[in-house]
This record gives sequence, structure tokens and C-alpha cells, in this order.
Amino acid sequence: MSAGPVVAARLLAVDPAGLGGVWLRALRYDHSEAWLETLRAALPHGTVTRRLPVTIPDDRLLGGIDLARTLAEGRPVAEHGLLAATDGGVLVLPSAERASEGLVARLGQALDTQMAPAPRGLAADRVPARIAVIALDEGDGVDERAHPALADRLAFHLSLDGRPQEDAPDDAQARAALPGMIASARARLPHVEIGGEGMQALVVLAARLGIDSLRAVLFAMRAARAHAALEGRRLVGDDDLAVAAALVLGPRATRIPAPDDVRDDAPDPPPAEPESREERDDAAAPSQDEVRELEELMVRAARTTLPVSLTTGGDAPAARRTTGGRAGADRAGGTRGRQVGTRRGDPRSGGRLDLLETLRAAAPWQTIRRRQRTGAVGVQVRRDDFRLRRLFEPAGTTALFCVDASGSAAVHRMAEAKGAVELLLAESYARRDEVGLVAFRGTRADVLLPPTRAIAAAKRALAALPGGGGTPLASAIDRMRELVAQARRAGQETVAVFLTDARANIARDGTPGRPAAEADALASAAALRALGGSSILIDTAPRPSAVAERLAAAMGARYVTLPRNDAREIHEAVKAVMPVRG
Amino acid sequence: MHSPFPFSAIVGQDEMKRAILLTAVDPSIGGVLILGHRGTAKSTAVRALPALLPSIPVVAGCRYGCDPKANGRKCTECQAREREGTRLRSESRTVPVVDLPLGATEDRVVGALDLERALTKGEKAFEPGLLARAHRGYLYVDEINLLEDHLVDLLLDVAATGENVVEREGISIRHPARFVLVGSGNPEEGDLRPQLLDRFGLSVEVTTTTDLAERVEVIKRRDAFDRDPDGFAAAWAGSDDATRQRVEKARKRLERLTVPDEVLHHAAALCAAVGTDGVRGELALLRAARATAALDGARTVTSSHLRAIAASALRHRLRRNVLDDVGSTARIERALQERFGA
Repeated sequence: MSAGPVVAARLLAVDPAGLGGVWLRALRYDHSEAWLETLRAALPHGTVTRRLPVTIPDDRLLGGIDLARTLAEGRPVAEHGLLAATDGGVLVLPSAERASEGLVARLGQALDTQMAPAPRGLAADRVPARIAVIALDEGDGVDERAHPALADRLAFHLSLDGRPQEDAPDDAQARAALPGMIASARARLPHVEIGGEGMQALVVLAARLGIDSLRAVLFAMRAARAHAALEGRRLVGDDDLAVAAALVLGPRATRIPAPDDVRDDAPDPPPAEPESREERDDAAAPSQDEVRELEELMVRAARTTLPVSLTTGGDAPAARRTTGGRAGADRAGGTRGRQVGTRRGDPRSGGRLDLLETLRAAAPWQTIRRRQRTGAVGVQVRRDDFRLRRLFEPAGTTALFCVDASGSAAVHRMAEAKGAVELLLAESYARRDEVGLVAFRGTRADVLLPPTRAIAAAKRALAALPGGGGTPLASAIDRMRELVAQARRAGQETVAVFLTDARANIARDGTPGRPAAEADALASAAALRALGGSSILIDTAPRPSAVAERLAAAMGARYVTLPRNDAREIHEAVKAVMPVRG
Repeated sequence: MHSPFPFSAIVGQDEMKRAILLTAVDPSIGGVLILGHRGTAKSTAVRALPALLPSIPVVAGCRYGCDPKANGRKCTECQAREREGTRLRSESRTVPVVDLPLGATEDRVVGALDLERALTKGEKAFEPGLLARAHRGYLYVDEINLLEDHLVDLLLDVAATGENVVEREGISIRHPARFVLVGSGNPEEGDLRPQLLDRFGLSVEVTTTTDLAERVEVIKRRDAFDRDPDGFAAAWAGSDDATRQRVEKARKRLERLTVPDEVLHHAAALCAAVGTDGVRGELALLRAARATAALDGARTVTSSHLRAIAASALRHRLRRNVLDDVGSTARIERALQERFGA
């Protein structure tokens, strides 16, 4: 039995749409090209293979109006998107790690349903798109990798680096025989049977490897059937299952199965035990020993392809960071906001057409164009005339201040803190930023001022701020978190400024006690960090403290310790991290 | 095109299947939020709906799928035809289930100026978007927790008013867009905005089963389906029919179902105990309990229906502390136990 990239390519050629495709990780371009060549050799002659740029606009992917021809011919001409045009073939997606959520969603939909939305304006709702996707992933490390929603829908996860293509190199004779082999395997595939114990063995193995997604087991089953078809068998055998285990399940493992892992501890819930035992004692089922043997064979096969991170004890693949629609950062050239001009472009890529400017661009050419096409009616518009609105959505900044008014802090620094905030308020006013204010003392934290541009109100709230009492730091950070989350959802950039000595002594639930209060504060700080945005912690204690530094680290804040800081110095520190506006 | 995987053939995931059926019985319950990992039959269940649910009568040729019986709530085109005195014929259509993919453009979602007609005929016409297509059916958003904010804003408006108002490119149009919003996602990858959570009547948490026999059964059925989709669908057509009839009967029964004071009382007390905001939770809970009773063929709503659906109706409405480890489901279970005993 061999189960390497070459076998994967052949299995995919047998059942492209059923297996979904391959997630191919290779840092070197020539490695992935070589593998693609292997796949092409196996695919039946005439199979469509198309490259899919990750930046593809919707209309090219899903189909729409062929703008150039529609205009030239004066009647609507629809064009199929890449998905429908590749029906029955293979889509190669280079730089898959950079695919947007949107592209992943569309590919996932096509892979799930094997259909693509019909071009706009056509009567039929959807058209077939039975495709396989080859996701070429050139990302390095765990942060940069193909989206899990896509990887989950591709049967094979191959990593070509450091792993030579171990299975037999093709000689010319084998190459020539390949298309025939694939064709007869395809014909055989619908008739290949898989026994109950084979399915069960795949399910058990997936459980032992810690694979939750049932899609993985389905793919393993299809891979086993494709392999049996390729080998000329009508019934899936142990070898086929072992190949499936190595190619599909091994790379998805989240834990290492012990070599002599007794089966009973794999599927967890004890209540299910009697039922499954009943099934095992079924008269038709093979003996315990045979089942055990098959399972061990498959475990051994899967162990050859476990993810490197598992075997070297490295980090488990981290959940991909989500970036969808968050953060206020850049908004120019987006689809919302104030118009700041027009640009030439294709209105189908999601931009908004500026009709007036488009007509204006077309106007000078009307006489010539009419002369070129006799019998033309209406305004003659060409693709080059299209003008799109350039929209600019200012990403404003919200500065949120959190002022410690507890007894310990108030004694030393209240005056300076108020002074610094007032200076910042004045500046925010000039920049049209929003400001908000949270103060905490005693057992609670209050939003004295929800984010506003009304600077006068902020000043009043600040001046009236009394001091004294405990330090409910966790609650204060929680209030800040709510404000930060709100502002960021509204597309604002945020700066959270904490003025405190970080000597928390009131826990989140209002009870006094330093250890609990500090633990709560650290947990809240970590949650604040997760929201993004920048923050600053200004230590107002007479001497810098390790506690405050830890807290700043937990919230990802810049830690400013100026033992003699006065209002102006604080002001400078905050200004340094404020986002610069152009 | 081959048949989709039949709804009845989905193994397990009873809470999710029931929640979806309840919205079919009473669409006013609102949407269904499905939270869970990948590979838990979320999309399969949603995509099975057109084949499962009874088809709906629509005005023949209407681009918005207007209900022939909806007086005064039809689209402007149907209204115009009515004013002209044209008799509107009706035809039957399968219930629409429309995918709203992440990263969709606003044009695709709300509709836009029909470019091709504008360019070739010089007409200013509106090309309906996904919202129009989903009218009276289901709008499915996979990975809804990652949906871009401007699309969420759109959905919030439309889901609240049942109407899509378009003001762009010189077009000013409004059309009905009432749909059941079905969202799915993995909560570990991002949170939903509270306002959006509020639009969902029911939420369910799905997990892959760890039961060996059940997992094998899933694989067996999927294999049978892969090899012969149409034959497989035919084999399950009986079960799908039975479910369809159950839904149809439940719809009729729903109008006559009364909620005894005692149950109202329990609902209010339950919501107070778990601390849902406002009365929306209670309303949602009662609606869901009523639909549950209708689906079960009961004559009156009892507290057992309330218990059965409480977790689905309330778990996403609790004021949540992200750092609190006690899950919402556990809090509701506790409240149920205190109220009704073990």
C-alpha cells in the first residue's frame, strides 16, 4: 500500500466532486506545480482546469452580464461565472491563505450543493457546478493558513515540504495507461460497496484521532471507495480503508492515538456502550480480533500522516483570527460613506455607479459612435465610460477615559488626571473625536459620559467627580469594554486611556478582597484586549508597581510610568498613541 | 439537478430540526440561530427545506412572490395591476431558501438599478436582490457571526419591518420581504451583535454526536445518498410527506390553540428568574410553546410544552457575561428545575 500525494491525485481524478479537492501546503512553488502536473496527467482528457485568483470579483465567479458584449450588441448578454464554467473540472486557487471570508463562503456553498447561482437575469435559478478545488497554501506558520471552512470541505490535506513524493515515480508506460485506468475506475465507482464494519472502523478511527467533523469521515469513505475502484475491486477492502485513513484522517488528527489504545475508551459516552456492543456481537459481524486487527492497521496508516505540530509537540493549529467587518481602519474606496469623487471602473465589482458622470464621459463620443453603428438608438455607452463613486467613510476616533477615583488614587493624582483629561478633551474637540468617560470608586464603576462630541458635558462630568472609597477595577474595565465594543461596531477607531494605580480591591461581584479583585481585573483586561483598538495605562501610583505593569500587559496597553508626571506629560503620552489622521 | 439530502434522513440533531419545523408552523416566531462546529448537518437541514415544506401560492409572474391573499400588503407592481383591474392569477412555488453569502455586495442583497435594462433600453428599472427572493421563505446566512456590519444593519431593518426600502441610483422602491432568518455559525470565531441576536426567535446549539452507532448511521445514509440521490430521496419521501402533513395540520391547529393563564404565569416567572430583558423573551417563549403544542397535536398549551422549548427560546436572550463560565443553557435548566421540579 502506498498513500502519498500521487495516490491522492489519482483518487481525486476518480471522484473530483465527491472528494471536494485538496488543501495543498507547499512553501515552494515548484513543488505544488509538480503535484498539479501529476493531477493533470491523471485527469481525463478535456477536463477543465482553471485558475481562480483570490481577488476575483463576484461577477467573474458567479456570472452576470457580459458588459462589453451587452453594450456592443445592444442586447443583454449573460456570461457564466468561473464556477459554472468549471463544471466537472478542477479549480486551482493559488494563495488560498489570502482568500476572503466571502470567497470561502461562495466556494463552500458550491462544494456543498454542487451548484452555482445562475447569471443574473437568466431564467434558471442555478446551474450545475460539480467542481474540485485545489487550495494552494503558501502561508507559513500557524497564523497564515487556508480558512478552516474551506479546508474542512476538501478531502485531502497534503503537505509537500520535507516530504518527497515517496510513491512510485511514473515511467512512460504507466503514464500512458493512466487515463484508461481512471476512466474504468470512474465507471466502476458507483458499484463499489463498502461494508458496515469498514464504515464503523472509519468512525472509530476518527474518534480516536479526535476528529469531530463528520464530513471528514464521509471523505474518508469516499476516498476508500475511489481507491477500491482504482484497484479494480467491487468491495472496499482493508487496504482501501488504510489509504483513506492515511490521506484523509491522519492529517486532520487533533490528538495522537496510543498504539495499543483499547477501542472502548475511544468513543466516549458510556451509556452508548451496550448498544454498540450489541452491534458488535451481531452474528454477521467479523470476530473481535479481526476488527481489532483492521483498526490497528488503520491507526498505523494514519500515524504516518499526522500533522507535524502533533508529533513534535508544537502548537496546535490556532483558530484563525477573524477580521470580518471589524475595526474602523481604512474605509476609503469602500461601498459606504460620503462621495469624494469618481473613478473609472466596472460597476459589477460591487462599486456604485455614478450615472451622471458616466453619461458625461460618454457624451463627447456620441456622434462618432452612432456613425459606427447604424440604427443604434439611445445613448451609446462603452465600458470605458463607466464611472464609479469613490466613497469615503471617515473612520473617526473615540477616546475613552477611565479614571480611578478611589481613595488610594485620589489622594495623589486626581488633580493631574483631571488636568490631563481636560487637555485631551480640548484636542479631541478640534479633531471631532468622540470622548467618553468612566469613573470608578467604592464598589462600582459608572459611565459618567457615554461617547459624545459634547465636550462641555465631559468637562462638567469630570469636574464634579468626587474621590474616595475602594477600587472596583474589574467592573471599570468591563464598562470600558462595553464602550469600546460599541464604538468599534460603529466603525470607530478607539483609544482607551486608564488612569489608575491598579490597586484593585473590589471583585467584579462587589465583594472586597485583593486577590480576587486582581484576578478579575486581569481577566477583564484580557477580554478588552481581544476587542482590538489601542489602550494606554497610566500608572498614577507614587512608585511604579508590578501589578499595574501586569495589568497593562494583559490588556495589551502601553504602560506609562512617570513618577512625576503632570498633566502635560500624560497628555504627550496619550497623543503619541492616538491614530494619526490625514 | 439532483435531489437534496432529505430532511427526515438527518440523524439526530432533534433540537435543530424541531426549531426549524416550528418556524415553518409559525413564521412569526422569528429566525433560528444555529450554533455549532462544522460538519453538524446545519446547512444540510436548511437546504432540505424546499423539498420538505408545502409549496406556497404566489401571484403568477410576480417578481417578489406576493401572496395572492395578502390584501394591501402586496408589492407595488401587483398593486398597480390590481388598480388597473387585472385579475391576478395565482400559481404555486416551492418555498424559497436563499443563501446570503459573506461578503455579498449591497447590490446583490437589496437589489439595484437593472444595469442591462438601463443601458440597452434606457429604462430605469429595479432588479430585485436576495431579500426579494427570500420573501415568504428562508434567508440562510452561514457564519452569520462573521457577517459584515453593513449587511447586518440591512438585515436588522428588514427583519424588523418585513419590508425592503431601496433608495439608490435614483431608484425609490419598497417591497415586502418577510422571511425566516436562519443563521449558523461557530461562536468561538466571533460574537453576534445583541441587536441581531434579538431578531432570532429560537437558538439551538448543535454538536456532533459522539455515539458510535449514531455516527455510523450518519455515514451509512450519506453513502446511500451519494450513490443514488434520487433513489434515496424516494425512499425517504414517505417520512418527508408525513412531516409535511404534520406541519400543515399544526398550522391549522395553531389558530385555535389557547394558552391557559397558568402557562402564561409560568412563562413570566421563568423569564424573570433567568433575567431576560423586556417582554420580548416572554412573547417569543409563548409563541414557541404554542407552535410546539400545535406540532405535537395538543389541544391546549401546557407547561410541558413550555419546558420543552424554553432553552431554545431563551438561551440567547440572557444578559451575558463573557467571562462567566456557566452557560446560558445551564442557567435555564436550573430555573426550570426550580420552577417545575426535577
